[in-house]
Amino acid sequence: SEPLLIKGGKVVNDDQSFYADVLVEDGLIKQVGEQLQVPVGTRMLDAYGQLVLPGGLDPHTRLWAPGMAPADDFQRGTEAALAGGTTMIIEHVLPEPGTALLDAYERWREAAASQACCDYALHLDIPRWHEGLTEELEALVKDKGVNSFLLFMAYKDKLQCSDAQMYEIFSALRDLGAVAQVHAENGDIIDEEQRRLLELGVTGPEGHVLSRPEEVEAEAVFRAVTIARQANCPLYVTKVMSKAAADVLARAKRKGAVVYGEPIAASLGTDGSHYWSKNWAKAAAFVTSPPISPDPTTPEHLSTLLACGDLQVTGSAHCAFTTAQKAVGKDNFTLIPEGTNGIEERMAIIWEKCVVSGKMDENDFVAVTSTNAAKIFNCYPRKGRVAIGSDADLVLWNPKATKIISAKTHNSNVEYNIFEGLECHGAPSVVISQGRVVLQDGSLSVTPGSGRFIPRKTFPDFVYKRIKARNRLAEVHGVPRGLYDGPVQDVVVAAKAAAPAPAARMVPCTSKIPAVPVRNLHQSGFSLSGSQADDHIVRRTAQKIMAPPGGRSNITSLS
Amino acid sequence: QSDRLLIKGGRIINDDHSFYADIYLEDGLIKQIGENLIVPGGVKTIEANGRMVIPGGIDVNTYLQKPYQGMTAVDDFYQGTKAALAGGTTMIIDHVLPEPGSSLLTSFEKWHEAADTKSCCDYSLHVDITSWYDGIREELEILVQDKGVNSFQVYMAYKDLYQMSDSQLYEAFTFLKSLGAVILVHAENGDLIAQEQKRILEMGITGPEGHALSRPEELEAEAVFRAITIASRINCPVYITKVMSKSAADIIALARKKGPLVFGEPITASLGTDGTHYWSKNWAKAAAFVTSPPLSPDPTTPDHLNSLLACGDLQVTGSGHCPYSTAQKAIGKDNFTMIPEGVNGIEERMTVVWDKAVATGKMDESQFVAVTSTNAAKIFNLYPRKGRIAVGSDADVVIWDPDKVKTITAKSHKSAVEYNIFEGMECHGAPLVVISQGKIVFEDGNLHVNKGMGRFIPRKPFPEYLYQRIKIRNKVVGGLQGVSRGMYDGPVYEIPATPKYATPAPSTKSSPAKNQPPPIRNLHQSNFSLSGAQIDDNNPRRTGHRIVAPPGGRSNITSLG
Repeated sequence: SEPLLIKGGKVVNDDQSFYADVLVEDGLIKQVGEQLQVPVGTRMLDAYGQLVLPGGLDPHTRLWAPGMAPADDFQRGTEAALAGGTTMIIEHVLPEPGTALLDAYERWREAAASQACCDYALHLDIPRWHEGLTEELEALVKDKGVNSFLLFMAYKDKLQCSDAQMYEIFSALRDLGAVAQVHAENGDIIDEEQRRLLELGVTGPEGHVLSRPEEVEAEAVFRAVTIARQANCPLYVTKVMSKAAADVLARAKRKGAVVYGEPIAASLGTDGSHYWSKNWAKAAAFVTSPPISPDPTTPEHLSTLLACGDLQVTGSAHCAFTTAQKAVGKDNFTLIPEGTNGIEERMAIIWEKCVVSGKMDENDFVAVTSTNAAKIFNCYPRKGRVAIGSDADLVLWNPKATKIISAKTHNSNVEYNIFEGLECHGAPSVVISQGRVVLQDGSLSVTPGSGRFIPRKTFPDFVYKRIKARNRLAEVHGVPRGLYDGPVQDVVVAAKAAAPAPAARMVPCTSKIPAVPVRNLHQSGFSLSGSQADDHIVRRTAQKIMAPPGGRSNITSLS
Repeated sequence: QSDRLLIKGGRIINDDHSFYADIYLEDGLIKQIGENLIVPGGVKTIEANGRMVIPGGIDVNTYLQKPYQGMTAVDDFYQGTKAALAGGTTMIIDHVLPEPGSSLLTSFEKWHEAADTKSCCDYSLHVDITSWYDGIREELEILVQDKGVNSFQVYMAYKDLYQMSDSQLYEAFTFLKSLGAVILVHAENGDLIAQEQKRILEMGITGPEGHALSRPEELEAEAVFRAITIASRINCPVYITKVMSKSAADIIALARKKGPLVFGEPITASLGTDGTHYWSKNWAKAAAFVTSPPLSPDPTTPDHLNSLLACGDLQVTGSGHCPYSTAQKAIGKDNFTMIPEGVNGIEERMTVVWDKAVATGKMDESQFVAVTSTNAAKIFNLYPRKGRIAVGSDADVVIWDPDKVKTITAKSHKSAVEYNIFEGMECHGAPLVVISQGKIVFEDGNLHVNKGMGRFIPRKPFPEYLYQRIKIRNKVVGGLQGVSRGMYDGPVYEIPATPKYATPAPSTKSSPAKNQPPPIRNLHQSNFSLSGAQIDDNNPRRTGHRIVAPPGGRSNITSLG
């Protein structure tokens, strides 16, 4: 493609802004500065009065699935992404329970290869702990360019992981240097609440939010943070939807946990009062999990936390279903397919809610829409920065443009837009992906299949530097003590819960060895009198029982 | 010894106020309170000389018959209640711990019998639910209705032994709420503990320090948070037994500010000492501190917990008394996970709270009475029979000497264990005279008790202190109602039936509207299809169901609005 010169714009990175021209060639940024030497035949783009931003990175989309496929596939979804100023997405691969992660990965790659219009990477969702999972994870991490995995704490009996499984998986991911993501909601409670609401006769979309109150989200976030801290694994919470959950994350950060939170376009731009809409189809369009909080102050609170750094990344969790698809759950809210739109609106909503309102500046905006995600998921500085050598994924942002979001004009296939009627001040005027202009004057020119898979390496510095240091510190040591040489109570073999009378207590210090019970690990090697298994080994003098400084190690004299 | 007693010149302390008055006790009850009482002749008189007269302590958490691998703790009901009385506690609530798989009722009867023959002070029983089995509902109902038990403990720890899943907790909480019971929770994340234990044993750490290392306080805080979340969904009160760490206590305090009915019970051990001793070179000493949740190694914990107790964020104090002799603890000499869990504290509780909270100026005497006796009586529905000095209340009274200084030591304590975890602690405040059921049982350092004189105190369900608010909240939040909408009459996507996962190529996606065998989760294909006859065509459609545009929005999908 022809070289491209962006002239007269203000380059905005997450750390600073400056006026400079940008020369793009062969899909890369070749020069940044003033009075650039440009090759012959360079196309000029006038960016006067506009901001030159690194293209948005949407770290959470669901554009494809076997079975009921979302209404926006890779082509439609990435078109919408580009139209909104997002030049890279990270798509979630959700293998069906019982199938190999690798197979699912290959199928997603195949689907994306022919359809995606912008660069993409993949997260793998781990639907269930199974034998051989560690090997699969290793293969994906080492050969397939995947460094992030999502666990579910919700969807009982389908995708949900137990605490023990989470610990195992977190430990494995930490050793591999991957980023652990969680869908945080307490599936057990939700399951019970759903049953209760259906019994009460609540079948509409309002049942979805009633059965998934925000405490249930906050509880799961708290638990996930606890488990991740135990495993010393970095944690990334997808879809932060409520104030309570965001507050738990903010507090965990204060205590030193390596955690990241991702609010999405829906939680930043609208609220859950629409679940009570009389229009079933409209109410159903908002169904996603965790649900959008009915508390109307939520978007305000989340954007404040985003501005102050307690939350770091924004996604869209774009997973659009048509009304007909949603209507699968017309008589039972638990069957409504979950997902909202947002891939196209994400950048504009954050600009409107955070920058226009004065909560953050343009640099913070770049950080939360692009740079932080690139750092966490290890594609920085290739993505997420306007710098020489970086990919030529750029957006000319017009802060003076005004746009009203509407299903009539959006690029998605769905009939309802959950942000319908929201007026946004600020919009992309030109979008450049891989050095090609894909959006200009409101018209898209994309090539399906032109999007490349971006492999990502493990151990992102942004995340793992601290984890590595903590790993070194985390070693614990036992207390060196002398041998305990006092009496040991003999354990009575309880006759399989047959009402042991109080008289059955045995006298301590008998030397009789009863039959070895199941959980007793030491009677085999220890008896109070007579010969012991290691009598033939000469006892080392250093093991003699003595009174070392700092307390006696000998039990016989009670101190 | 006569059944009539006059306490003269004391200062009576209740949880709300204190005043000078004489007290006349008869037949195990408080008969009169006031000045210049008219009493029968020949009544034994105790001169209190302006000392404090307080309601006897209630220890809400003891395990005097906890089974572990066929043995029980060294302090049985006799030994344990003697220690309790010597410390100023005149009633205990003991935990019945059934072996998993055995019936609650049978275990209850066993405990009841043992306590009846041995206990020296009044007692009541909590029943621990160690597994959620078929038929447990009937047994719980019998326990609540006929047996005088209104409190049950569930476990979030002890994986594969006592631990319950969140679903089971939800079910148990819902049922216990309907019975009007108090739900006690042992809050620790058992899944993670099991993982940590495995890891720490693999690292070669086998001593008691492994116990604390494998149960960090975050795991306690996590479980507390989860228990409160579940309880607040169900709108039931929840009571956290053994609050051992600052983070767990903070979670309770935070939750209370948001409205859920949560109660927290720190124990003598967490209020009086800390977990640094797990690293003691003396194995037997370190092992004596093993209890779950463990004592926090953070030495600022007791101070923090006492502050929360003083400001009302925590409400009750127990002891968790369940001592094992060193020989018993030594079962785990090569593996800390086998060390039987439990510490002493039944005798020291009142003194420790006085020394740490009242002598330091954190709380006053009335608050002291509240946290050692009255609050417990209210929560467990014993009030005002216990927990108050008032006419008609039980004559369980303690004359308290705030100036007495006593050093706690295993040499003089009443328990049978060799190690006292408070060894060497100098405490201000101690009971001078203890009266139980109207009889002097402790005076001048001497106990006068009879084995088996303690009575079982039955407790009724629905304690007002908890359930009054719950009942109102039930009414407020109970009316969950759906939105009344017209019928959805738009198109419905038909889910292609994916054949039991046989690598479906993208092309196998079938076109909608083709009728296929219903997949598992599709509940409505049976009565709906896009074209042609429907199953309810024969039913005339009711006019009331006609699709209209009601005020407040169209209920009709066909026009997108």
